[in-house]
Amino acid sequence: MTTRLGEMTRRRFGGLAMTSGAALALGAVGSAARAEPSRGGRLRIGASGSNASESWDPATWGLSVMMNIGGFGSIYNNLVEIRGSGDLVPELAESYEPAESGKVWRFTIRKGVTFSDGRTLRPEDVAASLNHHRGDDSTSSAKPIVEPITDISVEGDVVVITLEAANADFPFLLADYHLVIGPAGDDGTVDWAAHVGTGGYTVSEYTIGSRMLLARRADYWKADAAWFDEVEIIGIDDVAARMNAVMTGEVDVITSADISTVGRLARVPNLIVDEVTGTQQFTMPMFTDVAPFNDLNVRLALKYAIDRQEMVDKILYGHGRVAYDNPIAPANRYFDDSLQPFEYDPDKARYYLQQAGLDGLSVDLHAADAAFQGAVNTAVLFAEQASKAGINVNVLREPNDGYWSNVWTKVPFCMAYWQGRPTEDWMFSQVYASTAPWNDTHWKNERFDQLLVDARAELDDNRRRAMYQEMQSLVANDGGVIIPMYANYVSVRSDQVQNDGNVSSVMELDGSKIADRWWFA
Amino acid sequence: MRDIVQLVIRRLLLGLLTVLAVSLVIFGAVSMLPGDAAQEILGQAATPESLAALRLQLGLDQPAWLRYLHWLGGMVQGDFGTSIANGQQVSSLIGERLANTLFLAGLAAIIAVPVALVLGILAALYRNTLFDRAISALTLTAISFPEFFVAYILILFLSVNLGIFPSISNISPGTEFWERVYRSLLPAAALSLAVIAHIMRMTRAALVNLLGLPYIEMARLKGATPRRAVVVHALPNAVAPIVTVVALNLAYLITGVVIVETVFVYPGIGKLLVDSVSKRDLPVVQAVCLVTSLAYILLNLLADVVAIISDPRLMHPR
Repeated sequence: MTTRLGEMTRRRFGGLAMTSGAALALGAVGSAARAEPSRGGRLRIGASGSNASESWDPATWGLSVMMNIGGFGSIYNNLVEIRGSGDLVPELAESYEPAESGKVWRFTIRKGVTFSDGRTLRPEDVAASLNHHRGDDSTSSAKPIVEPITDISVEGDVVVITLEAANADFPFLLADYHLVIGPAGDDGTVDWAAHVGTGGYTVSEYTIGSRMLLARRADYWKADAAWFDEVEIIGIDDVAARMNAVMTGEVDVITSADISTVGRLARVPNLIVDEVTGTQQFTMPMFTDVAPFNDLNVRLALKYAIDRQEMVDKILYGHGRVAYDNPIAPANRYFDDSLQPFEYDPDKARYYLQQAGLDGLSVDLHAADAAFQGAVNTAVLFAEQASKAGINVNVLREPNDGYWSNVWTKVPFCMAYWQGRPTEDWMFSQVYASTAPWNDTHWKNERFDQLLVDARAELDDNRRRAMYQEMQSLVANDGGVIIPMYANYVSVRSDQVQNDGNVSSVMELDGSKIADRWWFA
Repeated sequence: MRDIVQLVIRRLLLGLLTVLAVSLVIFGAVSMLPGDAAQEILGQAATPESLAALRLQLGLDQPAWLRYLHWLGGMVQGDFGTSIANGQQVSSLIGERLANTLFLAGLAAIIAVPVALVLGILAALYRNTLFDRAISALTLTAISFPEFFVAYILILFLSVNLGIFPSISNISPGTEFWERVYRSLLPAAALSLAVIAHIMRMTRAALVNLLGLPYIEMARLKGATPRRAVVVHALPNAVAPIVTVVALNLAYLITGVVIVETVFVYPGIGKLLVDSVSKRDLPVVQAVCLVTSLAYILLNLLADVVAIISDPRLMHPR
């Protein structure tokens, strides 16, 4: 029990430290001065989330860590890239510029870039790669991202992308991991199964769903990247096996450390724990068009009936940050830190129930750990907290299998999660706009929809910030989602593995770009 | 000899029927699970349009019985089909992993069977002594713990504390033989501990049974040492039950390795099966289950043949 208390204080410290910076690498603070990058070595990554049903087709990517780190992060490049600092920089595009105030975007393609099979990168390759996700019969997970594109054409070295409406953030979307660039064949399509890219590595060995070995390309076009000679990605799904592997030096880096025991790794010399608050968030969507959630007072009652700090302490063991129903995370550019917090207050919850004309409230909350690790515990903990406000939360346990098809968006109140998106527009358009494909709260707000369209076309940064902040406040105070916490990405590395201290919070391991950006000391 | 050939043929035909029944049961069971392959592949990212498009691509719009017949038709021609989830040939998906799993099972068998037999003979020889009880207690303790627990204990002591063995079995096609053996030793040990008790107890029981018979008494009266009585006189007659239990345990080594493979990150067939079931990837599930049920059928057949050769009376059950 004493260790528990000890951990508690450290966690508190972590929580405080976390609030002071958007994306903070805890481990990096304590580590020695960083050396200059150097070449060589085989980086071995123990990664969670591999599965035997992964495919080289980027339209299917998302769940497989092999494809995120090995495919997106090593074999391929995108038109643009989100750096560790969160800035967007051109990658395969040399430069890009908007025309018609953001309705048309012109990407000038970098010259002298070659694919790993020797072909030279052409604008046609870019067009073909993006078109792969478009069209009526597309099953691509990236289809909603490319949906606003009405036309892609090639003018010399320039790829011209026309949108149905202006969007100032459009280039950000092209950094998405689905939208990698492959070589187009004579028929104008890309043979993805050949996994030929412009990235720093090529595949030398691959066993689907369990192991990938990559070797550095000597002729990689980036001079100051891809430092390792070889990168080996080993799928380790069992969390104890991952922790053991990094402790015994079988691997150099692991993803998704066991948050309940990672604190004890501090005692192991030569290991560094990295922690980043990304955009990942755990959510509890309610249908705002179904009783009792159609009454704003009921929604507010529920929002005041949840103790968010206790959630972060007990579900995330402190490895996260309290959220106040804001789908825009601290890692986002226009995150509004000044939103009025919903602090746990059973009396206030009771007050709002009275406003709704209710003495008490009983709701069904559907939960399964498929939503996120600890979702069922979160639901039970919420039931306990809400009972003090006279709200009876009836937790219904659902099977993990088929959760996303049969429960989520089918029942009025359930557990869910969002990976989050690097831009405000992207997150709002996909989940919270009234016409959003995954509007899991059925929330419709005219003002919000109007702001969404206006902010897209707004090129003035201050005005955009104001718009996005108003939208965050609308979702939090009027919307149908409870977002109790942002979850950290917690990874562990050997102290021989170095980075420049700016670790991206878009995805795990520097936005999956570890092979491109990190190096051995 | 002709009788045995006839028996083998009859049993093989029956085995085929069993396999067919197994494939039907598996197809039915997977079909009854909530969600289909399209939903599992798209997950949270599914929209009604993309679901419909993917179902069409995967041929999931056809009725279940038609898909089963299709699969069966391919199967008869030796075509395992392609994976629904990733479009790869099922045979290429399974090939290397099956080889790895067989290697691990073989290694475990090479450790476990001799150890278990020797322990069983010793326990029969020194039955009801402290030694006998200690062996029984130890092996039964090992089998009573769940395999993952035994695996973690092995990792804690031999890998984390002492650093003798690697904590994960990182094996690739290029790994050379002895390196492969070394990296597979811990999982093989964990598996061995799970089967030794079974084989050892059966060996002991079979021998002890025989030791009470008059012909053993006769041998002892002729002046045979206890050791000679057990090894030369009793053991040949105990082959049948021992071989049966060994075969069952070998089959278990092939089919029951999922947990041990997960803990040691061993690239075998277990993880493939789990992934395929969760993605409703029927062709792969079918193929893996087919291989494992074949392993059971063939090993059992082998055990029966060996038993009959060792004791022809079994050919003519009363």
